[in-house]
Amino acid sequence: MSALDAARDHFLERTGAFAASAGRQDPEWLRSLRAQAVANFAENGLPSTRLEEWRYTNVTPLAQVLFELPDAAPAQVTREEVEALSFPVFACSVFVFVDGRFRPELSSPRALSGSLRVESIAELRATAPERLAGRLGRHADPKQHAFVALGSAFLDDGACLFVPRGTRVEQPVHVVQLASGVAPDRVCHPRLLVVAEPGSHVTLIQDFVSLSGARGFTNAVAEVTVEQDAAVELVLLQRENTASFHVSNLEVRVGRDARFAAHTLTFGGGFVRNDLNAVLEDEGASLRLAGLTVAGGEQRIDNHSVVDHALPRGESQQRYKCVLGGKSRGVFRGRVIVRPDAQKTRAEQSSANILLSEGAEIDAKPQLEIWADDVKCSHGATIGRLDENALFYLRARGIGEAKARELLVQGFASEVLASLPSPALSEGLAEMLREQMRGAGAEEAAP
Amino acid sequence: MLKLSNLHASAGGARILKGIDLVVRAGEVHAVMGPNGSGKSTLANVLAGRPGVEVTQGRVEFEGKDLISLSPEDRARAGIFLAFQYPVEIPGVANSYFLKTSLNAVRRARGESELDAMDFLALVREKAKRVEMDEKFLQRAVNEGFSGGEKKRNEILQMAILEPRLAILDETDSGLDIDALRVVAGGVNALRSPERAMIVITHYQRLLDYIVPDFVHVIADGRIVRSGGKELALELEEKGYGWLTGGAAA
Repeated sequence: MSALDAARDHFLERTGAFAASAGRQDPEWLRSLRAQAVANFAENGLPSTRLEEWRYTNVTPLAQVLFELPDAAPAQVTREEVEALSFPVFACSVFVFVDGRFRPELSSPRALSGSLRVESIAELRATAPERLAGRLGRHADPKQHAFVALGSAFLDDGACLFVPRGTRVEQPVHVVQLASGVAPDRVCHPRLLVVAEPGSHVTLIQDFVSLSGARGFTNAVAEVTVEQDAAVELVLLQRENTASFHVSNLEVRVGRDARFAAHTLTFGGGFVRNDLNAVLEDEGASLRLAGLTVAGGEQRIDNHSVVDHALPRGESQQRYKCVLGGKSRGVFRGRVIVRPDAQKTRAEQSSANILLSEGAEIDAKPQLEIWADDVKCSHGATIGRLDENALFYLRARGIGEAKARELLVQGFASEVLASLPSPALSEGLAEMLREQMRGAGAEEAAP
Repeated sequence: MLKLSNLHASAGGARILKGIDLVVRAGEVHAVMGPNGSGKSTLANVLAGRPGVEVTQGRVEFEGKDLISLSPEDRARAGIFLAFQYPVEIPGVANSYFLKTSLNAVRRARGESELDAMDFLALVREKAKRVEMDEKFLQRAVNEGFSGGEKKRNEILQMAILEPRLAILDETDSGLDIDALRVVAGGVNALRSPERAMIVITHYQRLLDYIVPDFVHVIADGRIVRSGGKELALELEEKGYGWLTGGAAA
């Protein structure tokens, strides 16, 4: 039996126990959502590299670890431990999840606007499941994505934010997804559900971080609906330890004259696969995606996006940047689809990559599929090394080689960092990048 | 201060310098002239330590120590400054941040304390004024979108901030109009001092009207074929390089 089949059987076996313990009070629609996901997962299992979407991502290493759900007793985590991980900017509203479960005692849920706050999906399931109906599981389709099926089969908790019509949330909302690592080889399936009603505005930061070096698996599923004239900006920060696996599926629907932006920043994780699927489903929808990956060692970081322009006058811009050192590997695969009705679409996509070492590798594959004739679309990919002339120029000014490399990478990343929704966040991440580079620099020095 | 003995160097597999002997003392300004392809810029690059330029024979001593074994950054920290013929654009790195990082790296090596943001700003403003550089260039990315003249001013600004012991100006006059040339030369002259030496590399005599050298050397085919005083430059202007190289070189 292959590792993929063994892992499928392992996870399926656990769904039985999970269904018996969790969610017995859930309404019929939610139980059938889980059951359907189990059926889909049983049928499709984990994806093999024979599938086009998974050609560059071999999940065998993930399948070889038989991950278990976290223990029933919540992991011991203190507020100090959480605060030590935070940036100053995150002193806004913080909602902390540990091993996929909401921990109100670790959170600082300052009111966002009126009575608006982030809610826990587990809590809502128990108290007001009707508010989740028609929203949870609406866009993330277990039939389409194996890991969505897996995450939906174990659907338990996560962050949920419904922004009412016309509400403008000024402060960024910060959701922390902590992997405690108290026991090794645990998997959690955190959800994120955001619905921005017409004319509303919100910025949300989701921060994935490990408390220890223990190996774990985070299988995140997120659904974001941006209704007419609304605006949603997401910052997705990945800084889990490099022993860990991370798979995320983000489904986005952007409505008429609505705006969505996502910044996917990946520094951590040993095996990371991010899928972002966005449909610009009404006229005048706009979308901006920025990605920054900085990795070294044996990390492998894959970013996949599909941007689907369904109706006229949509605009999308994607800028992904990737810096790889050591023996790390990266993938960027971006598809832009312009449907026959999507006239006057403007779509731009770029993937710029820097390899710091001989052993690093990137596969960059931008794709355009255009079915309309009155559109303006462009795409491009570049792969290079750090500019030797620039490196010499900096060194000739007394700047040591490691610092010079760090400066050049920072310069390369600055466009993505500058696009973040707050200067404090940009600065915090620039510092994180410097630390990451110092790690990578040390590694280059020792061949 | 600087002593080159029988220096041979190659770049890209080609032998370019074929036995250069040169002594530069503190306070002196040496002009190095020569036709295109004679090895002038290779000489500048070999002194600054550009990777890919390889010394195959001979010695370079700087203040009594072997220079060739030092990394480019250690040469800069020891007081060698190369003003680049083609200053490099570095997108995303603010010029002021670059200047501050550079100065503090050199100060640390000299055993001096690092300058904080306020002290640095005061210093850089004063020096920028001297090379008539608008302060907005400090906030922009290093050399990005700068005109030829602005790039060269930025080189002289760096030199003024780092206060090197030995400055090597590699075709600093190339691509400059007469006004920019005057400003750049003024910046260089302000830095002349009895403790500091300069090597001015140029194709044309024009620059030497503004930066008057103590010595002039002519390089042809990787060797110094003639040395003399400043009047040698005028003679070259009149007769062309062919007179010394025996060919019809420009």
